Order: sequence, then structure tokens, then C-alpha cells
Amino acid sequence: MSTPQPQMPQAAPNWQAAPGSSYPGYTSPIPVTRTHLGHALASEWTKIKSVRSTMWTLGVFVLLVIGIGLATGALVSANAGEQDLAGENPLSFGFFGLLLGSMCVITLGVLTTASEYGTGMIRTTMTACPSRGRVLAAKAIVFFSVAFTVTLVSALLVAFADVAMLGDAREPSGGEWLKGTVGVSLYMALLGLLSLVVGSIIRHSAGAITIMIGVLLAPLVIALFMFSESLEKVRQALFEYSIPNQLSVFYSTSLTDSGPSGWDPLWIILGVTAAAFAGAVALLEKRDV
Amino acid sequence: MIELEGLTKRYGEKVAVNNLTFTVRPGMVTGFLGPNGAGKSTTMRMMLGLDRPTAGHVRIDGKRYEQLKDPLTYMGALLDAKAMHGGRSAYNHLLCLAQSNGIARKRVDEVLDTVGLTAVARKKAKGFSLGMGQRLGIAGALLGDPRILMFDEPVNGLDPEGIHWIRHLMKSLAAQGRTVFVSSHLMSEMALTADHLVVIGQGRLLADTSMADFIARNSRSYVRIRTPQRERLLDVLHGAGITVVETGNGTLEVDGGKSELIGELAAQHQLVLHELSPQQASLEEAFMQLTAESVEYHAHTDAPAPRPWGDDWKRG
Repeated sequence: MSTPQPQMPQAAPNWQAAPGSSYPGYTSPIPVTRTHLGHALASEWTKIKSVRSTMWTLGVFVLLVIGIGLATGALVSANAGEQDLAGENPLSFGFFGLLLGSMCVITLGVLTTASEYGTGMIRTTMTACPSRGRVLAAKAIVFFSVAFTVTLVSALLVAFADVAMLGDAREPSGGEWLKGTVGVSLYMALLGLLSLVVGSIIRHSAGAITIMIGVLLAPLVIALFMFSESLEKVRQALFEYSIPNQLSVFYSTSLTDSGPSGWDPLWIILGVTAAAFAGAVALLEKRDV
Repeated sequence: MIELEGLTKRYGEKVAVNNLTFTVRPGMVTGFLGPNGAGKSTTMRMMLGLDRPTAGHVRIDGKRYEQLKDPLTYMGALLDAKAMHGGRSAYNHLLCLAQSNGIARKRVDEVLDTVGLTAVARKKAKGFSLGMGQRLGIAGALLGDPRILMFDEPVNGLDPEGIHWIRHLMKSLAAQGRTVFVSSHLMSEMALTADHLVVIGQGRLLADTSMADFIARNSRSYVRIRTPQRERLLDVLHGAGITVVETGNGTLEVDGGKSELIGELAAQHQLVLHELSPQQASLEEAFMQLTAESVEYHAHTDAPAPRPWGDDWKRG
């Protein structure tokens, strides 16, 4: 590699106090910009689209959601008799793809924050933007927008295809359309955002992903094996508030009649994510980078 | 100008940085010297607001780093060559930094050209050698054309040509009136670049002096003598009023450049000399003497003392 000579902008050295500053030293010809959240957002947008893991996780996510969503619709359409689908919500067959796809959203969410700790990039990031809360906020906004948009587009595609394929099922109401597309997409994006926040708290990709997969699956699996009568209430609560069941509430197909209904799952995850976010900001301010 | 006052960082029982007070001035290269584990990197991280001081404070032209509204255009830093995401290309790494501070996109191409990475700008950083990573880190520091620059061990991993280049770069940056603060554990490197010297050991300030003063004070010249007739030579030299130091393993040392005088005295008394050589103590030796007490990680040439298992990495 050849050794280039440094080519500094040829500004006349200013040894006197710079305008507006009582300290002597060099004054750059580059215009000084007062940084704000917009700059941090632009930076995080470049970051998220310039690593391959984003394309991989989102690519697999879209494949799972659309692939499984369409396959389920086709399978049901091929096997269902005249009366089988009567009264069924055709949007509900999008559930399986989203449930599997949530693993990808969790992974991408965690990587958005935790990978910076793994690589050491976080020190560069925090030097460029010393306001730590602003960094986390920018990451959260960029990630949430990406996750919501990708989920909404995939969910809409599956919903239109399934409704078209399953002519025997009833026509979903406007409210059901809203919940089955925008509602689940908001829920998925918030689940990913919670993972991002956990990644910032744990600072370790594999650890944070493990925790989030555990949060996703453990309550349901544990409840499955609670045979004792005396644990019935706990079992019921674990079922009802498990993430897969909350996801299915958006299609009005809950495992039980009690527990969260309507838009409840969205308010629950919003509350949990907001609390975790506040905790993450407090920890970020307190800890060394 | 960077001002440190009573800066202290404690990790549990261990004091990493102990009550440091010094000022880094504009228009010159200030070398920050200390053995491994002396607290150089911790100090630099506190200057950048990455680590919170246990006590004391750092002021950048009177402000805390967090209060800078335009951090990259005010102060550029190379912390370590690997403080980047390996999956991102050199160009995109610099682009996201530029965007975070509202710096124009064309500046990215300029600094890539300055550090000589234009040809590999679109390559992923994880394929870079240590030297190339170091150059990318330096590009990041120069991005905002800042008035204060900080480099942590910049010559690490660079080839001789690269080392020559970085020396020239630091001097020219300082000549433009910028504040340049460079850490190193190599005295010889600092002797060639720094105008001012701050030496620390085990987190404590050992010296804060101009380079010229340090050289004048610490470059001792002496004469080394070996002779089979040691006792007689000692008598002769004492008789001539010359102070001799016995350094063990059969050699004698005399301060100052008196080799001609000693040779003539030996000839007069018909003494056999096996060696009579003028010596110059290197700055490296002066630095080692200064920090000898405070070197944390000694290499033991004799039998290694048994250490509890895991002691090493716990301190890392």
C-alpha cells in the first residue's frame, strides 16, 4: 500500500481565539452542525441497511410469513368441505407463519443493539453521539419502522391471498381486517423492540436471543406439563398470557374464553416494552460503555 | 485544550486511574506514555465520556464531552482499531459516523483518500489487517476535521511506512494549531513525535514535562570499562578523583564522557583494559527507570511465582 501524504484542508492556522470561543486552536472550514435526533436516525438507518444480518433475518422472516401463510391457506382450501369453513375468519391462517417469523424479528432486534457491544462499535457510536438515550431512541425508531413495515406488507399479502382462496369462509369485518393486519404487525414490531431493549441491557447477542426465545416459548411449554389440579389457575394464566396465545387473540381465536381479548395484547406488550425501555436508558446512563 | 482535574477511576478495590491532573495544549503533540495497564486507555475513555470517573473531571475547552453539540467536528478519536462492525464496509462505517454529526458525504471520500483506503472502501472491515483497521480508525478521527485529536496507540500494527506516515500526520495536525494527544508504551516512538510528555504508571502521574527537558534530564552518558586488574584500576581512578560505579558482572561505569582520560590513565599505569566504551543511556531506559516501580505486569526471568488460577484474566 502506498503511503499518501496527509491532505488536510488548507485553512490558515488560527492561533487566536476562534469566534465565539475563548480557547485558541485550529478552526475547521467544515461548517459546524448542532446535532439532533435526525442525525442519529440517518446514521442508524445506514447502519441497519449496511449489514448482511439485516437482509438475512428479514429475508427469512418474509419467506416464513408468506410461505407458511399461503401454504396453510392452500391446504385448508384443498381439504375443507362445504360447511367446514362456515363462520371461520380466513385471516387467522396467517398466524402460523408469523409465529415462526417472530424468531427472526427477535434476532434482528437483539442484533441491532447487542452486536455493537460484541464488535466494539458501541464505543465509536457513543463517541460520535454522546447522548446515550438519543442513540437508543434512534435505534428503536429505525428498527420499529423497518419491522412494522416488513410485517405489515407480508401480513397484508397473506391476508388478501387467503381471503381470495377461501371463498367458503365468512367475509371478515373491518375491525377484523384492522386487527389481523395492522394489529399483529404492531405487536410483532413491539416484540422486536422489546428484544432490542433486552439486547441493550444484556449486551450479549446470544444471551439476549436465548432470553427472548425463552420468553416466547417457555410459558406455553411449561403450562403443557402442569397436570396437577392445584396448579390449574397458574396453568390457565400461562396459557392465556403466553405470546403465541396473545398473537392469536388478534384473529379472535384464543385458546380460552377468558384472558386477554380485543386489543389487550397490544397494550400489554406496549407497557412491558415501555418499562424495559426506561430501565435500559437508566442502565445506559449509569454504566460505562 | 483538554484539562483533567483529579481524575480518578476505581473498579471495586482496584484503582485504575489515580488523581490525574494535567493539561493538553493546542499547537503541539502531547505524548501520553505508560507501561501496559498503566491506565492510559481508561483515561482516554473518560475524556470521551465513555467511562464515568469515580472522582474528578475532564473539560474539553471548558465543557464536558457530553456537552459538545458537534462532537466529531470538535474532537476526533482513534480508540482501538477494532471499534467497528466487521460486516460493514469501510465506506459505510464512515458514512454512518458522518451522518450522525451532519458531516457532508464527500468528506468520507476525502478521509478515505487521506489514509489511503480508497481502493478497499467497499470491502468489509473484518477482512482488514490490523494496520488497515488502524487507518480506518484514523479516518474516523479525521472525519469532522476536528480541533482536538486523540489517538490511542496509533502505530500498533502499522508497517514502517505507515509509522512514518502517522508521525508526519500528527506533526502536521499540531502545526495547524490543533491539540494532538497520542498514547504509546514506546518511549522511542514518542521521542520522535511528541513535543510534550505526560507519563503515568499505575494510574498516577509520574511526569508532565516538555520532551526537550525530559531528554536533557534523562540522557545520561557514561563510560563502560572491563579489566582483569579491577582493584588496581579502581585505585588509580580514585586517585584521579573519578567516581566509579561497580555494576556487577565485572564491569565498571564512569559518568560523563571521560573515555580518553581513563585510557591515558590506564596506559600510564600499564593496566590491561578489555573494554573502554562510551555509552549513551537511551530514553527507553530512562522511561523504564521512571516507571520501574509501577510496572504492573512484570515478566519474570527466574522461576515464575505461583499465581492463583484465573488471576490474570480477572485483572484484564
